[in-house]
Amino acid sequence: MQQKPRAYEVQLAVIGSGLAGFAASIFALERGLSTAQVGNTGAVAYTTGYLDLLGYHPVTGQQMLHDPWQGLETLRRDEPGHPYALIRNDEIADAFHLFTRAVSDMGVNYSAPGENNLAALTPSGTFKPTLSVPLTMLPGVEAHRRAARTRIVDILGLKGFSAREVVANLQDSWPGLSAVTINFPGMESGSQVYPEVMARALQVPAERELFAQQLREVAGDAEYLGLPAIMGIHEPDAVHNDLERLSGLRLFEIPTMPPAVAGIRLREAFEQIFPERGLLLIPQQKVDRVTPEADGTTLRLKDSYGDVSIHAQAVILATGRFLSGGLEALRDGVREALLNLPVTQPEGREAWYRERYFDPRGHLVNRAGIEIDPQFRPLGRDGKPASKRLFAAGVILAHQDWIRQRCGAGIAIASAYKAVESAAAMLTRQT
Amino acid sequence: MSTRGHEAELFETDVLIIGGGVTGTGVMRDLALRGIRCLLIDRRDLNAGASGGNHGLLHSGGRYASADTETATECRQEGAILKRLAAECIDDCGGLFVAVEGDDIDYAERFPERCAAAGIPCEPLTPAAARELEPGLSDKAFAVYQVPDATVDPFRLTLENVNHAQQLSDSQYLPHTEVTDFEMDDHGAITATLCRNNRSGELRRIRASQVVNAGGAWAMEIARMAGCSDVSLIYSKGTLIISNIRLSDRVINRLRPPGDGDILVPGGTVSVLGTTSDNVESLERIRPTVDEVERNLAQGAMMMPRLDHTRFIRAFSGVRPLLQASGAGSDGRKASRGFTLFDHESQGLSNFATITGGKLTTFRLMAEKTGDLVAARLGVDTPCRTATEPLPSGDAIRWTEPGFAARYWYNRRDPKDMILCECEMVPQSAIDQIVEAAPGAEEKMSLEAIGLRSRVGKGSCQGSFCAIRVGSYLYERGVYDSPDGLRQMRNFVDGRFKGVRPVLWGEQMTQMELAEALHCGLMGLDKIGSNEPGSGE
Repeated sequence: MQQKPRAYEVQLAVIGSGLAGFAASIFALERGLSTAQVGNTGAVAYTTGYLDLLGYHPVTGQQMLHDPWQGLETLRRDEPGHPYALIRNDEIADAFHLFTRAVSDMGVNYSAPGENNLAALTPSGTFKPTLSVPLTMLPGVEAHRRAARTRIVDILGLKGFSAREVVANLQDSWPGLSAVTINFPGMESGSQVYPEVMARALQVPAERELFAQQLREVAGDAEYLGLPAIMGIHEPDAVHNDLERLSGLRLFEIPTMPPAVAGIRLREAFEQIFPERGLLLIPQQKVDRVTPEADGTTLRLKDSYGDVSIHAQAVILATGRFLSGGLEALRDGVREALLNLPVTQPEGREAWYRERYFDPRGHLVNRAGIEIDPQFRPLGRDGKPASKRLFAAGVILAHQDWIRQRCGAGIAIASAYKAVESAAAMLTRQT
Repeated sequence: MSTRGHEAELFETDVLIIGGGVTGTGVMRDLALRGIRCLLIDRRDLNAGASGGNHGLLHSGGRYASADTETATECRQEGAILKRLAAECIDDCGGLFVAVEGDDIDYAERFPERCAAAGIPCEPLTPAAARELEPGLSDKAFAVYQVPDATVDPFRLTLENVNHAQQLSDSQYLPHTEVTDFEMDDHGAITATLCRNNRSGELRRIRASQVVNAGGAWAMEIARMAGCSDVSLIYSKGTLIISNIRLSDRVINRLRPPGDGDILVPGGTVSVLGTTSDNVESLERIRPTVDEVERNLAQGAMMMPRLDHTRFIRAFSGVRPLLQASGAGSDGRKASRGFTLFDHESQGLSNFATITGGKLTTFRLMAEKTGDLVAARLGVDTPCRTATEPLPSGDAIRWTEPGFAARYWYNRRDPKDMILCECEMVPQSAIDQIVEAAPGAEEKMSLEAIGLRSRVGKGSCQGSFCAIRVGSYLYERGVYDSPDGLRQMRNFVDGRFKGVRPVLWGEQMTQMELAEALHCGLMGLDKIGSNEPGSGE
């Protein structure tokens, strides 16, 4: 049955359901703007769960930045086109605090963003410089800092996560580290097990008791146990605390390969809580058409119930890069997929990528993207803002390398903060 | 067979063969069938040169019929032998030669008689009938002929050659062993070949009665190292691209003098389009470029228009070693596809031979001629048996065949045998077999070496996920036990990138962004050292 087309009227429409889109909705709700969020899920499904601010500068550096705030000062001097050059440190700090507090309120607790980067564990036994980590992962940072007796646990049937791999790569600097393999209760056949399935199983108290018993049995003299990220989907901190209580051990999570639970937690928290707070959320649907009008902009899309149109006074474009569909790579160039905004990019495909994959300078195409003015309004072909109502946030912005610089979450959060601030100012002027 | 001395590890054998391509491994098997013990070495690994960088086309001879009847005839004869003796390596899919609007009409019309001169069966088809067989053909095709082209898996062929030779005699294969010098006596005999192990950096000293140089494109450099100036090669770089789906049932050849993008060869679930031909001065830093990809596509799309809308998963390049014949000039496309066996006696050497030039299709004949010379020099009168003796297969060498792993896994129904490479359905047990028993298997085997002996990393993800999964599995098994395992992952994905780079657009670009986020953002592989000797290749 075809329903009547639904039409909504909001002050702000956010296009994109990645970290930048969700951050923009958080900041918009904080400001009391009536807000709609639509568009494809972004790379949030692939996140480690870590919220990086700036891990390396210069990007070729082998040493991670201890003080990312200092690093930002240098970055702004060295790369004046970088999105961070348009955002002050105090604004970035505000944005991070607001974001982590909001996410924590939704049941996924994060460590408070501090003065320094944390050295967060990866499944390969390397460290990632990051500003804020889920509390389920934080004890791993402590355990490493203290070089505590720690045992990494992997689970029979879980592909791409090897406790022995973590240990083999860390044993020289962390002598008290050891590895063990366990069965997940009820999944002992040795066939493949999935992080999401185990995480959902651990939502059940009886399952946690069985699992905690397994952990106690293999702990040996370890003070900490490091596990793949499987400690629940909803309110993982409660699952984590309960498992620690039941096992009598300090436990921490290590991110896993996608599909991983860290991103599922965030997405499900957002999708559950936002509508309760008055956000009009239509995730997983692609916006078909954007029509500028005299008194606003209309977005049109379809969901499983039929046609939807959203009339907004302001729009934030947070559609991400190639993975999320915000940018499209054609044989003859990169284009912005929704509005055909001009994309700053290297000349010709031969220049997109360097010859060596791991060239420490990173690849030029990763710095392609859309240009913005200081109000985070995308620029049109004439170099002027494409529209007074259009703002942009996230890794679609040019002149940054979110992967190599370890700054993806930071750009998403900080640019969403600025884009919302500018949109709010425009809306105020209008009224 | 080997003893470790103070300086170099010493090996002794009857015949040292330099070069682990189809020719070198073909010589190894040929000699083993005559009861002669061999040691095969390669500076990298099996099929690292042109043997791994080609279409996998088992020529009917049609391609050479117009210009070189002798090569065309050899292709026809050798193709028939291989179809009989190595059926598991071959897909006898047939081929078409297609002329499209703008191509030379006379050239097309003369094709059947040129085929007849080389004894190649050649059936004319109407363009309409041809499009019934191959719906992807351009509607601008005006002449079409059907010939008995086939495809061959050169990796399987090479693995089977080595495997058979190892079974037959006390022969051995050593990967990443590079010749650094030859020691000679006063009578023009090589007394020892000095090598370096490119992984460990250790030296190796090989004593052999006979030395065969089957170095392919590197044969000229190796011959010169032995003081021979009679081998003169043109290096012709060719670039090919692989689509993510199979675009035709048959081999599709453009019916015109050879040019870019004029052969489309199906291989399992994919197709390979090629090839460019550009002379290069050096064998270093050979990699496919965006320009070469575009040239192939521009021409290929004239035969098969859907190539313009196809997703490609990688490109690759090989260097054809073409023999420089007097008067032929330097045009790689016009140079002979024939081969030459040099006995180097005119250079004053008595136990050294070089075999180079030729084609994948004619490798067996090249090995036979070489085997005849070497056997005669050793006083062995057992005749060549490779034209009648089938190639045997084996558990550890089945994994290069597209689709095999999936069938094997499905039929075994063992849920514990987890799939590590999801694109190509390669399970743990395949990795176990390869690490334990594949030709060239060794301790702490590299991911690249495992990839060479299987379909790992060959699917649309091009190793982004499976490098991590296989690496973790090898850590879990204890094959890797140090940060070297991460360097293996790093080197493997770096190697795959070389081929992915020129076809990055559309969905493959999306895949690349995910790969980089995984490899750098999740695993931190960009910040670990890559200090393995020889990994700079």
